[in-house]
Amino acid sequence: MLLQEFLENTSSRLPEKTALVAGRSRLTWSQVEARANRLARALTAAGVGYGDRVVVLMDNSPETVISIFGILKADAVFVVLNPTIKTDKLAYILDNCRASALITHSGKWTTAGGPAASAGSLRAVVVAGDTEEPEAFLREKSPSLIMLSWNDAAENGDDSIPPRRAIDIDLASLIYTSGTTGNPKGVMLTHRNMVSASTSITTYLENVEDDIILSVLPLSFDYGLYQAIMAAQFGGTLVLEKSFLFPFAVIDLMKKERVTGFPIVPTMSAMLLQIEKLREMSFPDLRYLTNTAAALPVSHILGLQEIFPDAAIYSMYGLTECKRVSYLPPFELGTRPTSVGKGMPNEQVYLVDEDDNVITDPDTPGELVVRGANVMKGYWELPEETARMLRPGPYPWEKVLYTGDLFKMDAEGYLYFVSRKDDIIKSRGEKVSPKEVESALYEIPDIVEAAVVGVEDGILGQAVKAFVVLKEGSTLTEKEILAWCMRHLEDFMVPKTVEFMDSLPKTSSGKITKKGLGQEMKKG
Amino acid sequence: MNDKIRTYIMENILLGSADHPIADDDSFLEKGIIDSTGILELVAFVEDEFAIEVEDEELIPDNFDSIGKLAAYTEMKIGG
Repeated sequence: MLLQEFLENTSSRLPEKTALVAGRSRLTWSQVEARANRLARALTAAGVGYGDRVVVLMDNSPETVISIFGILKADAVFVVLNPTIKTDKLAYILDNCRASALITHSGKWTTAGGPAASAGSLRAVVVAGDTEEPEAFLREKSPSLIMLSWNDAAENGDDSIPPRRAIDIDLASLIYTSGTTGNPKGVMLTHRNMVSASTSITTYLENVEDDIILSVLPLSFDYGLYQAIMAAQFGGTLVLEKSFLFPFAVIDLMKKERVTGFPIVPTMSAMLLQIEKLREMSFPDLRYLTNTAAALPVSHILGLQEIFPDAAIYSMYGLTECKRVSYLPPFELGTRPTSVGKGMPNEQVYLVDEDDNVITDPDTPGELVVRGANVMKGYWELPEETARMLRPGPYPWEKVLYTGDLFKMDAEGYLYFVSRKDDIIKSRGEKVSPKEVESALYEIPDIVEAAVVGVEDGILGQAVKAFVVLKEGSTLTEKEILAWCMRHLEDFMVPKTVEFMDSLPKTSSGKITKKGLGQEMKKG
Repeated sequence: MNDKIRTYIMENILLGSADHPIADDDSFLEKGIIDSTGILELVAFVEDEFAIEVEDEELIPDNFDSIGKLAAYTEMKIGG
């Protein structure tokens, strides 16, 4: 089965049912399907071929969801990027995956224009919104590029399902995530990987076509992306919001649209718990809340149960490389609130010690290993990093995923997160590579040394904190450093604070060590 | 009022990183000017600076999504 068949099946079964709600726009499943078919035909006509990568840079919107399915229907691979991405990183990714097309919105043109004109592999650019400026810009800078307006590509023309060549072991998506080396890496997921993950998740969430999901999570983040995929699978409705900037407006929308499912990350629950007014409101339609990315503190769980007494709360854990690992059945939340549960349906999990022996004693920490059809095929063109994460499994043909996360398992098989093996920071539910932030800091001429760590934060989960040593006599301020970071990093990677140091702690070989920094922070 | 709010956003939330001054009707949401932690800073700023109290249910795009809207809301609060 191919991922776009979720949409095709739902469109023929429930053509007039509301599929997407975003701002003032409401689309039915047959309207989404028709636009995706047209877009696929337009991409093919513009030279996008079987297996080509197509990058999408847009806010959460119906166009983003239509693009995902349209790209698949063109036998191509979709790559959805964070809407706050900066020019350098966009250029890196277009180049890294040798994208053949870019789909964006005129509102993103200040970021997208330059990289679009200079990416050597690009054949076509589709622009939603006001196309006048992008058109003039590309005509001058890169006249050979085919430029299409969203209207021409998706709103007009033949809307029948285009012929297809892809099979389910073909690549469906690259999801770029932060790597320990600093450069983002593309997680390779096939149609089968994604169909399998979506099927497991919708099974344990017991999704039905009456479900209405409200998502404020970016579609570039796998947790946000799967809300759209899952809604297409079970024929529900997806209400999309661009952000959680105005929590009360989101709550209002939730009531108005009679939302039944609300995926959150701990940062959002921290913000919800600050709204006193919520305790006076009732949410009779809300059936479930899900949380992933980082464990919910017990105080959040209790607070959420108070605000949403009728909703089941699912505590979950996962990583992009296999989408989701585990979930805690809501009725277990009272007895084991700190657990992230057991492996999801059609998946096995176990722990191994440092010598790769399977741990059978309960409560002994070890690295979590995941087996299942949801496990990625590797990192795009990074064989060494792939080999570290994907290793031989029980059968000669299979690879299992070494997550790099240390867990404990109790006697009944429930998982408890211990720590990560590397220094990746999780802020606002997204992974931040300290190396990537440090590289941005080192580009500031006055910074001699930099070290970035995660510190506990009530709202963000972990906040990004930078320690820097300045050149002698430098007058660089914290504000100037943060402003630089805002121009060069996606929002969630920008440090919250900067601390100036005379020097950074070093190992005997002279390498900067963050151990001392971590301890100092715990005291502070 | 508009300029006070603009200066605060440009200097304390965007820390001088913006290439152009923000226009009165630029949507914070549409243009990605402020993120969810920035909005809380902005609430604290108008509460302190103009001695008003922002109720939870008032933190909505109609009141807070641009400099113009925020100034109008703040003036309404001061007046009321």
